Amino acid sequence: MSILSTKAKREAGRHLTGYLFISPWLVGFLALSLWPILQSLYLSFTDYSLLEAPRWIGSANYKDIVHDPLFYKSLTVTLTFVFASVPLKLAFSLLVAMLLNRSIRGINLYRTAFYFPSLIGGSIAVSVLWRNMFGMDGYINKILSIFGIEGTGWISSPDTALGTLVLLNVWQFGSTMVIFLAGLKQIPKELYESSSVDGAGVFRKFFSITLPMLSPVLFFNLILGIIGSFQMFTSAFIITKGGPANETYTYALFLYEKAFSQFQMGYASALAWILLVIIALFTLLNFAASKYWVFYETEAR
Amino acid sequence: MELSRSRSRSVLIHLLMIAASIVMLYPVFWWVGASLKDASEMSSAAIWPKKPVWDNFVKGWNFSKEYTFARFFGNTLLMEAWNVIGAVISSSLVAFGFSRIKFALSKFWFAVLLMTMMLPGQVTLIPQYIMYNNLGFVNSYVPLVLPHFLGGGAFFVFLVCQFIRGIPRELDEAAKIDGTSTFGLYYRIILPLILPALVNVAIFTFIWSWDDFMSQMLYLNSIDKYTVGLALRMFIDQFDVQWGQLLAMSLLSVMPSALIFLFAQRYFVEGIATTGLKG
Repeated sequence: MSILSTKAKREAGRHLTGYLFISPWLVGFLALSLWPILQSLYLSFTDYSLLEAPRWIGSANYKDIVHDPLFYKSLTVTLTFVFASVPLKLAFSLLVAMLLNRSIRGINLYRTAFYFPSLIGGSIAVSVLWRNMFGMDGYINKILSIFGIEGTGWISSPDTALGTLVLLNVWQFGSTMVIFLAGLKQIPKELYESSSVDGAGVFRKFFSITLPMLSPVLFFNLILGIIGSFQMFTSAFIITKGGPANETYTYALFLYEKAFSQFQMGYASALAWILLVIIALFTLLNFAASKYWVFYETEAR
Repeated sequence: MELSRSRSRSVLIHLLMIAASIVMLYPVFWWVGASLKDASEMSSAAIWPKKPVWDNFVKGWNFSKEYTFARFFGNTLLMEAWNVIGAVISSSLVAFGFSRIKFALSKFWFAVLLMTMMLPGQVTLIPQYIMYNNLGFVNSYVPLVLPHFLGGGAFFVFLVCQFIRGIPRELDEAAKIDGTSTFGLYYRIILPLILPALVNVAIFTFIWSWDDFMSQMLYLNSIDKYTVGLALRMFIDQFDVQWGQLLAMSLLSVMPSALIFLFAQRYFVEGIATTGLKG
């Protein structure tokens, strides 16, 4: 009897210790994630300016959003950005990773050169640089004029403004590339050797060995890339300020202005929840589709 | 024959890589050059000024009437020190709990942790702001620092967990036989072994919170508390932007991250590789 109770006590002590160790995260999760998520759901059904108490207005915010042309504009801009920059970045980083995945001298130097932009690219400083380089009398146009090409104001022209932001995003492909590079190193060399014996060409090897073996890493990068691009803020805020003609008015920018310039906290909360649902749908869709193309080695064993 | 073919192929790859490196780093080279140009040379396409001057750095450093950039760098570095300390302590504690102690619902909480990695920050932004506003913490560093002490970001907990799982459990058993407490096991056995992972946590915490412009803009309103990023934004919003000075100060603002990167490169690449792969 007493043995049992000491055992039970030790058991309880272990649970308690476990919870003590994870308590910083657990408190953070409850106070800074779970509670705010639920509160923003509540706020999305209210009219709230931060000065007065929130007033329940039912689904009015959602109805307004559905009729707000800026909602559709910002969603279109964001989706365009996601669909342009995520595949470009993935393809480019995979290509460079494959070129770097061999024993050549100076590989560390190249890796540094490619990684460096992704390190500083998210900063406001690089946004400043971009704004200057792609301006009307910026550096890019100077270079073009040497070749006799007359450049446009890349940032002030509605056709190219979003392109400069995509370019900035793709320029930061380095961190994705490093993950791919690590993935490529894990693929057993024998697979390539035996396929060479069978006479497989470069493309065949890529589609039959590299791509399936790398698919979990590709999947990971795809998910995080999509989630990150959906929330693009700093570069649109600094470089283009959402303009010209709202061509770079991203969803995050829209939400930020609704909440902190116009103080429509209820409306902005509804926008946040719509974003959450959209991202969740994309992620679920990706997970569902992953059954057909992501290959985990454990399955084969 | 075979040898010369593989040799010419490797030369080709080198040429390709050198060209690509130059393209990638060209904006940075130009940036450095532009920061050393005086106003008359700013409009030239040359990458390096004929007469490099430090003028932009001197004038840019003192652009604001009230404070020099020394103040803004001081503010940012102080905030960063707390962020790094918080992230290292809390991510190591939490990761130890998850990977070494079997407690009720631990699998469930770990799944929740992984899910929060995918949570868009916008969803919690507004209620968090309201909460900090009600507590009187707006225009202080509390909203920027506190999250690092509370778990330090799911990503880092995950990174350290992966690392701890690679440490053989026999060490734990031996320590337990010697009568070490659970906290002793964490502090004396595991902590020294996960230092490389914690260096990673420190580096990424530093760089990411340096770049976390949106939160800084939300929570810091008075100039005396401004970070470097906010000072740069104030610089851009001037009526007549002095681009040379602005570019010089922006360049200076990425120096801490760049220096850390150059000195701790080894940790970087390993860190990304482990988390990326096992995700």
